Amino acid sequence: MLQENKTWYLRGMRDGVPIMLGYAAVGFTLGIAARNAGLTAFQAFLASLLNNASAGEKAGFTVIEHNEGYIAMAIMMLIINARYLLMSCSLSQKISPKTGLIPRLIIGFEVTDEIFGVQMNVPGMINPFYTYGVITMALPGWSLGTYFGVVMGNVLPANIVSALSVGLYGMFLAIIIPPAKKSRIIAALVVIAMAASCAFAYLPLLSGVSAGMRVIILTVVISAAAAYLFPVKEEDGYGA
Amino acid sequence: MERNIYVYILVMFVVTYLIRVLPLTLIRKPIKNRFIRSFLYYVPYVTLAVMTFPDIVQATTAPIAGLLALIAGIALAWSGRSLLTVAVASCAVVFITEMIVL
Repeated sequence: MLQENKTWYLRGMRDGVPIMLGYAAVGFTLGIAARNAGLTAFQAFLASLLNNASAGEKAGFTVIEHNEGYIAMAIMMLIINARYLLMSCSLSQKISPKTGLIPRLIIGFEVTDEIFGVQMNVPGMINPFYTYGVITMALPGWSLGTYFGVVMGNVLPANIVSALSVGLYGMFLAIIIPPAKKSRIIAALVVIAMAASCAFAYLPLLSGVSAGMRVIILTVVISAAAAYLFPVKEEDGYGA
Repeated sequence: MERNIYVYILVMFVVTYLIRVLPLTLIRKPIKNRFIRSFLYYVPYVTLAVMTFPDIVQATTAPIAGLLALIAGIALAWSGRSLLTVAVASCAVVFITEMIVL
């Protein structure tokens, strides 16, 4: 069992490498935003260490910058990070029912788009040590990236920041494309989701919806329609 | 009124952490309902697809670089390359494309 945990931990660290690189880049740009909002390097580092949420932190820094109040901050976080609620529900079915409270509290701490993605990519149930391995790489990348973003500002060349910023999306593609190759339903869902997301981003009226809300609305509507039309068989579900 | 940045950070943390941790700690059993199971099964694919496009095109300085990274990423993932390979290759495509077009 110990040997197995070690293997999973190392595998998590390996899958955490692209996340760390991407997070360092995103964290860096967040740091620049934090500095503009008036945070010190330590405050920005602390915010990133505790939150690990790009859209959420960016919105949070905006609230701080405009001195909008603690209630406004709480409501903003609730709306912009609500998608993590869905991911957490999904993850609750990916871990063994026997998993204790402490592992649940740690896994819950790092429910992010990317870490959720790699966890769902694991066949069967997740060994918590896998998640710990990913966190070991991701958390320093994110928080130190933010710290250096404040300290170093615009020292990192723009072309490097631009290139690093797509690493996370490359990772998402590596997660969703192989299952789409095997299942026509998932392939169709991916195409529909991307098309709808594009419509929300560019069409008048729809483009007024914030990025966080767009993710929630489309995820709920499209996944519910798919679940209604194509319910999965028992053996296709989690832990199979 | 001047507010404390540390209290702001604390509010951010508490709200975000509760959202993330409550379902994981409260839902302790496998969900039996077939619709909910199916729904949660499809959620990751839809969420990740929604977040990838068109955001990948908006993240780069030159949109064409993001578009090429998307195409390259799909092709590499389709041929079964690893997470790390697809991620690094996407970055490389953007770096080279922007060197040419910018």
